[in-house]
Amino acid sequence: MSEFLYLFRGGDARNLESSPERLQEHMGKWMKWMEELGKAGKMTGGLPLKNEGKTVKNRGVVTDGPFAEGKEIVGGYMIINAKDINEATEISKDCPIFEFDGTVEVREIQSMEM
Amino acid sequence: MDHLFRHESGKMVSVLTRVFGFNDIEMAEDIVQETMYKALQEWPFHQVPDNPQAWLYKVARNKAIDMLRKQKKLLYNTDSVAAMALMEKNVSGQIDELFLDHEIQDSQLRMIFACCYPEISIESQIALTLKTLCGFSIKEIAKAFVTGEETINKRLLRAKQKIRNENITLDVPTGRELGKRLQSVLKTVYLLFNEGYNASSADILIRKDICLEAMRLVILLTEQPATNQVETQALLALMCFHAARFDSRIDAEGGIILLKDQDRKLWDKELIRKGYLYLNEASIGYITNEYVIEAGIMAVHCSASSYDKTDWPVILRLYESLEEIKDTPVVKLNKAIVIGQINGPKVAIEEILNNVPMKDYYLYHATLGELYFQSNDVFQAKQQLKLAMSLTDSNAEKLLLEKKLAKINS
Repeated sequence: MSEFLYLFRGGDARNLESSPERLQEHMGKWMKWMEELGKAGKMTGGLPLKNEGKTVKNRGVVTDGPFAEGKEIVGGYMIINAKDINEATEISKDCPIFEFDGTVEVREIQSMEM
Repeated sequence: MDHLFRHESGKMVSVLTRVFGFNDIEMAEDIVQETMYKALQEWPFHQVPDNPQAWLYKVARNKAIDMLRKQKKLLYNTDSVAAMALMEKNVSGQIDELFLDHEIQDSQLRMIFACCYPEISIESQIALTLKTLCGFSIKEIAKAFVTGEETINKRLLRAKQKIRNENITLDVPTGRELGKRLQSVLKTVYLLFNEGYNASSADILIRKDICLEAMRLVILLTEQPATNQVETQALLALMCFHAARFDSRIDAEGGIILLKDQDRKLWDKELIRKGYLYLNEASIGYITNEYVIEAGIMAVHCSASSYDKTDWPVILRLYESLEEIKDTPVVKLNKAIVIGQINGPKVAIEEILNNVPMKDYYLYHATLGELYFQSNDVFQAKQQLKLAMSLTDSNAEKLLLEKKLAKINS
């Protein structure tokens, strides 16, 4: 078993959906997906990120905003337990982010074991 | 949590419109949207808060305060709480008060009266009410009314323009004004209910939601002493009796099932019980109006175990009372149907031909068709039903008539 990082990009309902009812429905899908992952012991953590931020280069050069732009901005992350990257990728396919055209980047976390 | 976002959206828009003034209602709507997006982002990761309502209100309030601070110019609307608050430099305290339960009720009431202002066209009233008070999106409203989003947008614009041009303030009318305006509000909300109840080709789930929203608005009106009048209670009773039968009215193919063929086991007993409760309240005293009588008629229907066991003489008397205050062809037509139940279809046909001044209305010919069929005049029955079919655009109604014709032909 290894740990994997999901980086969520895009999939912002904001652009395509304004109905409170549909938003709540979409939120329900996220909650259900994450609850199932939690119950199966697959999810060890995750948090949403604010869109504002700062990028620092060269110790002193600070620009406003995240490193990327628009659809490339990372909106949140999750840490998953999986056998290998194939399983981790498989699990991500049920993520509701795809409903609004988002993407999931799957990266294995380097463990310290030899 | 059912419909939480939708209901709270309506409440928050009402409160924030009081804060910013009606001229800036879009600001209120934007803040409410942003608040829900924030919940969408955070609740899955953190948890649904113990008090989701309070969480939403707090976020909306903070966003409102931020917005007010950003605005460099003062809001000049005299009915804007913000204008007064900014002058007193006590913005957040004032806004906090507006999020108290009784103030939220109050804000919604003011909003109902503004949205249902009589000078606005009825479709625009309905669109504005659904959007701002009931938390429906433009897409949902367009879907429910089987029309384009552009059309709904225009209706909303016209309604808002009218309110701005006439300087309509966010107030609950008082005194004699109240009675008149309340009548107008009830009429619009009932029409809204009927859109949900009768709409023939829209999504059945949205239609049911519209009915429930209309009922929620009337319940809101009954919770305020000033607006809790006989007509309000009676309308609520009437809506309960109609809504109770919602599930039994449509068959698997989307065709209409008439009252006499509805499976009464599918009728919602709890809603019927509530209908009786509200009707009892409305019947205290001697005031009568069309809603009281119509609710009375539905009460008699809902208390019968079958169509045949219905107390028709009582219903006939009620229709006679209704005719005295609402002398319309539809009422006369319905009365004739009841006469048919008591004295046979031939008498009903006579009654309709002599006393119902109606032409080119599908229901008129559909009713005659059915009555001719009952009196074994197959030729006339077919004529009338075919004529009825040509007079309606509704798929559900056409299906119903087709079924009747098929029955006759077999």
